[in-house]
Formats: sequence, structure tokens, C-alpha cells
Amino acid sequence: MNAQTSTLDPKLDPAPAPASSDDAIGAFLQQEYTAGFETVMESDSLPKGLSEDVIRQISARKGEPEFLLEWRLESYRRWLTMTPPKWAAVQFPPIDFQDIVYYSAPKSKKDGPKSLDEVDPELLRTFEKLGVPLHERARLAGVAVDAVFDSVSVATTFKKELGEHGIIFCSFSEAVKTHPELVRKYLGTVVPPADNFYSALNSAVFSDGSFVFIPKGVKCPMELSTYFRINARDTGQFERTLIIAEEGASVSYLEGCTAPMRDENQLHAAVVELIALDDAKIKYSTVQNWYPGDKDGVGGIYNFVTKRGDCRGARSHISWTQVETGSAITWKYPSVILRGDDSVGDFYSVALTNHRQQADTGTKMIHMGRNTRSTILSKGISAGRGSNTFRGLVKVTPRAEGARNYTQCDSLLVGDRCAAHTFPTIEVRHPSAHVEHEATTSRIGEDQLFYAMQRGISAEDAVSMIVNGFCREVFKELPMEFAVEAQKLLGVSLEGSVG
Amino acid sequence: MLNIRNLHASVEGKRILNGLNLEVKSGEVHAIMGPNGSGKSTLAQVLAGREAFEVTEGSVDWDGVDLLAMPTEERARAGLFLAFQYPVEIPGVSNAYFLKAAVNAIRRQRGLDEYDAMDFLARVKAEMKAVGMKEEFLYRSVNEGFSGGEKKRNEILQMALLEPRLAVLDETDSGLDIDALKIVAEGVNRLRSPERSMIVITHYQRLLDYIVPDQVHVLSEGRVVRSGGRELALELEEHGYGWIKTEPAPAAAGAQGARP
Ligand SMILES: Nc1ncnc2c1ncn2[C@@H]1O[C@H](COP(=O)(O)OP(=O)(O)OP(=O)(O)O)[C@@H](O)[C@H]1O
Ligand SMILES: [Mg+2]
Repeated sequence: MNAQTSTLDPKLDPAPAPASSDDAIGAFLQQEYTAGFETVMESDSLPKGLSEDVIRQISARKGEPEFLLEWRLESYRRWLTMTPPKWAAVQFPPIDFQDIVYYSAPKSKKDGPKSLDEVDPELLRTFEKLGVPLHERARLAGVAVDAVFDSVSVATTFKKELGEHGIIFCSFSEAVKTHPELVRKYLGTVVPPADNFYSALNSAVFSDGSFVFIPKGVKCPMELSTYFRINARDTGQFERTLIIAEEGASVSYLEGCTAPMRDENQLHAAVVELIALDDAKIKYSTVQNWYPGDKDGVGGIYNFVTKRGDCRGARSHISWTQVETGSAITWKYPSVILRGDDSVGDFYSVALTNHRQQADTGTKMIHMGRNTRSTILSKGISAGRGSNTFRGLVKVTPRAEGARNYTQCDSLLVGDRCAAHTFPTIEVRHPSAHVEHEATTSRIGEDQLFYAMQRGISAEDAVSMIVNGFCREVFKELPMEFAVEAQKLLGVSLEGSVG
Repeated sequence: MLNIRNLHASVEGKRILNGLNLEVKSGEVHAIMGPNGSGKSTLAQVLAGREAFEVTEGSVDWDGVDLLAMPTEERARAGLFLAFQYPVEIPGVSNAYFLKAAVNAIRRQRGLDEYDAMDFLARVKAEMKAVGMKEEFLYRSVNEGFSGGEKKRNEILQMALLEPRLAVLDETDSGLDIDALKIVAEGVNRLRSPERSMIVITHYQRLLDYIVPDQVHVLSEGRVVRSGGRELALELEEHGYGWIKTEPAPAAAGAQGARP
């Protein structure tokens, strides 16, 4: 708890000095989303609504092979028979799925830019405003960036170096064209289309996303990063990401996102599939900052995501780390299927809700192989009228001899109008399994803030400090530059209050 | 210097300070004694700016500035330090991190360069040695799981680091063993200087053997009912507070603080 903290800067933008700690909490929580702006670009969009015809058009515009069109249509037909899940502790008006645009692409570059020079300058400026100077970031941090803007990838860097290692890192659409055999082999093998209502929808209409393939024995020499952004009005986003690490391969993938302010709720239903073969390791980190809606919860993003990793091979390792501060509603349970013997699954999560945000998130660890191990570390922060629910499932199947799980689930309350809930579920079907669960709830007290303020520390910094301290074990799992970003994000989101 | 005039304060509608007067000149150390519940901690917290206590009347002038108009953290940055009777635990925040943030907040205010990690560690380790704290306390969460005496030492450590202009010590001697008491007293005495004022709240005249006050005041029912020199503490020790209550309160007049 010492060394890490000093490298992480808890400072926030200066805010008017509040007279009292109560007021301070109040003022802090009033802070508004700073990434709220909209880029003006012409979109080449399909009209609203969903039908087999729309799906055919999406597939045709993307020049997809027949098998993929069939797959989409089959998914669509399954979707038609399904109903949205109702069990999550979130509330929102019913979504009109015919009132959504299922495809839009930046018009100016039909074929996609070959380099950053070809990227729409307006888009680049958008990234700048968000503090994501693409080329700078890429150059300084040595990160390969694959930016998804609306539904089409517009920039990919470092491809060449990666290519020398036999690594494929490209947009999903591109992978469909260049490596259809890989897509066909792995797509839907972790999250079958009919897994749930939103995965079926995504499988029918997914627009784009990222594709990563690390061949046998290759350690990816750099962290792979994607910035997602929702832009065109009324455009649902349906990303599809597929990451495959062959035997002995390893990769660290970073996903970060932020969206402009808008009036209507936007549906976002991504599917992410990870596949790790023998001795492979995949580390997937997310910092999520989509527009959460205004103080009354109007206009935020609905984020209904299915993320699942398959430790298919022996001794494989999949690790999810997420920092969730955005969206009006988050419904998300990154999971790991521990199929291979001695495989390892981790889930490290920070979820923050403020104002009227609702998060129902957690994980599933499905132990199938022998001596499989999993760790769940969840930190939920609720502020304002935010509601935060953790749902964890640890399942040990009859074959999973010697399976072990450790779950720790902590909640921090800021103010007294927010809520935190924890629903752990444990299903153990093997007597040798060892499952441990710990949970705590604490509240940032007025006395703590007064103590800090009496030492000259502003209430914002004090809250930030406490929240960051609370999240430290999770931040430790993030790649360095992401950890710093995550801290800033928590600050902004509680204003922004954790460092 | 600090000039408290006719201070009235209440909490949750309950009146606790009832026309308190007190004047502490630069370089002076004043001791405040008084029975449990007489308002000593309330005075300390009102001076530090705790919102829960509502000031209904009176004024506090601090070197020509209206102290009561300043936000809590600005008072701290301007050099007001309160050693808490009950130091607060902040789980998850390392003591080192907290202390560095506090020191730098105050250094910024004074127009000094902020300490980087190396400068800070050198400084804090030296101060810890002086108050007899092991380095491990840097890496533990603020006051979490500290013993009563360790918490009090941690308060003195902070005072030494922050070099306040006005320090209010609220029963910093309570719960300390005799060695710790001497360390606390040394800490205070080292800080004594012509620019600094101190208010030392205590129940035990023993502390005043080590920290010799310029004046001693007795608080009762939210007012200063008696002021005097060091011998007043001895008298209290001998007779208890009972005899004060039977006397007519000399309050304001006595407390206007002619030096002994
Ligand atoms: N938050 C509060 N709500 C209600 N009453 C309070 C509150 N804080 C203090 N009081 C009351 O105010 C009175 C003065 O309390 P204070 O803590 O100032 O006494 P003290 O002189 O410091 O006593 P001690 O010697 O025991 O520390 C007490 O009767 C106490 O119960
Ligand atoms: Mg007291």
C-alpha cells in the first residue's frame, strides 16, 4: 500500500473550497461529466429498425462471406424468440428495438484510412478533447491503438511490428476479410448467440470491434489498446471482440471508452470472447466512462455486455480487470470458464455509481478442470443516489477436483442516499473444492473528511484518497498508464471522488 | 494572536458554549481544564471549523482575520492545527500518503516547493524518530488499529510536520504512558516559539510539569470561569472542580487574560 500510492497522483482539478465537509460531499457529487460534446460528421447510416433485410444489408455493406450472413440470420431468429432479462437490479423503460439504427459508418472514408494522416481531422480532434492524442499516445506509450469510431475502425497503428511476430490485431471486419477461417473457427464458441437476449442481438447485428490472434509461443511485445466511442445519434453500438491466444502465447489488451453527452438513452450491447489454449495467458483490462446521464439520470448509456473467457487449455490463465464509472445502467458479468486442468481465472473490478447510475455487475467462475483456481476481487462505490449490485457465481462441477476460489467483495458508500447490494452464489459439486468468501461495507464519514480538512487537505482530495485507497488492490492489476487514467476517472466521476 | 469574544455555540440545538472569552498572545501557551462535558472539545472543534457546531454569537479574531469566516481547510493551511482527542481512522489510506498530502497542502499555501517523495521521506523519518514512532507506521492506514498512545503520537508527528502557528491539543496526554507523555511534551516544547501560540486541553496538571503554561483557564458550562497561572492547576488537582462552581463566576473579566 506504500509504493504504489506514491506513483498514483490523487490530485483533482481545483474546485471552490467548500466550507463544510457535508457541503463538500454535496458539491463534489454535483460535478458533471466533462466529456460531453458531439462531433459533427456525416454518417452513412441504415434507417432505424431491425429485420432480416437490415441484417442482409449490414452484411452486404461489410462484404461478408456467406457463412457469416447465415450466422447473423440464425442469431436473429433466435433473438426473436427471446425476451430481455428481468432479474437484474436495474430499472429503465422498455427499449424499442425498432427505434435503433443498427449500422452507421463515417461517410468520408468508405474504405477506411490506411494511416493516421487519412483519418478525419474532426475525429482526431475528438480524441484530443478526450485526452487521447492517438499518435502521441501510441508513440510515447508504445501502445498499438485500434480506434473504433461509431461502427467502423478508423485507425490502426503498429500493425507492421505486430505482423512480424505473426500477431493479428485488426478490426473485426478486416479479420472477416483477411482471416475468415479463424473467425469461423472461434466466433461464438465462448458466447453462443443464444446465450442471452443481448448476445443474440449482438450476434445478429454486430457492427465492428477488435480481433486479436497471438500465435503459438508468442508473447505480444506491446499492450494492445482500443478506444471506443459512441457518436452518431440514436446509434446502438454492437461491438464484437474476439481474442485468441494459442499454446504458450500471451497478451495484454486494454479497452477504454468515453462518449459525448446526448439526450436519448443509447443501447450498447457488446460481446467479448477470449480463448486461451494450453499455457496461454490473456489479460483484459477495461476503463469504461460512458456518459452516465445527467443528475437525474436522463440521457445515459445503457451498457449490456456479455464478456466471457474460455480457459480452454491446461494451465491457461484469463484475467479480467475493469474500472466502471460510466453508463446510466451497466449490466455486465465478465466470466471465466476454467475448462483446462490447472487453469486460472481472475476478476478484479471497481464499479462506481453516482447520481442515479445503476450498476448490476459481477462475474462467474465456472470450474470444470482439475485444480483450477479463481480469484474475485470486487470494489463497489456508491455515491449520490447511485445503486451498485454485485452478483457473483462460483460453480464447481463434479469433475473439478481440487478447485479453489477466493472472493472478496467490498462496498464503499459516499453519503447516505446510495445503495449497495451483494448476491454471491456458490454451487459446489466436488467435496475437495475450497471456496472462501469475504464481504465488507463501509461509509466515508463526515469525521474522516473533517480530519483530512483539518490537515489542509480539501474534501475532494480526501474523498479521492479514500476511494483510491479502497480500490488500490484492483488498480494494482491495471497496466501503469491505465491505472493513472483510472484514478483520474474516479476523480472526475465523483466530482468526481478515488487516487 | 487569538482573540475569542463572547463565543456561543450549539450542536443539534443544544447550547454548549455560552459566552466564552479567551485571548492567547503570540508565543504563549495556555492550558484549558474543566470537568467532562464542559465544552473543551467543542471549543477546539469550533476553532478548527467543524460544521456540526453552529456558532450563534461572538467572534474569533486571529491576527486580524475573522477565523469563523474561513473554510476548515483554509484555517489548517493558514497554520491552525488541532490534535484530536479521538484521532480518526482512515482505512485504505497510508499514513505516508496522508501526511505527504497534508504537508504539501500547507507548503503550497506558504509558497514553498512541494516535497517530492524523497524529501518527504527524509523529513518524516526524522520527525518520527523524535516522537519515537517506528517507520512501519508510515505504511499502515491512517490511525487504523493504532493503540491509543500510538494515535496520540501520530497527532504530535503531524503537528511537528505541519509547524502550525496556532496549535490546539485536545487531551493529547490522555492515555499516554509516562515516557510517551514526555515525548509529547518535548514535541510541544520544541515547537514553542515567539510566533506560535498553543492551547493545551488537559485533565492532568502533571502535563503542565512538562509543558509550563503561561496561563491556565477553567471551563465550566461553556464559559471560562477562572483564569490564573500555573498554580491554578495545582489548586484544581487538590480540590477538584467543586469549589469553582460554588464561587461566583468571574468569567469574562478573569479571562480577559492579564498575564500572571
Ligand atoms: N454532536 C453532539 N451532539 C449532541 N451533544 C454533543 C455533541 N457533541 C458534544 N455534545 C455535548 O456537548 C457537551 C460538551 O462536550 P465536549 O466534548 O465539548 O466536552 P469536553 O469538555 O471536551 O469533555 P471531556 O473532558 O469529557 O472531553 C457534552 O455535554 C456533550 O455531550
Ligand atoms: Mg473533550
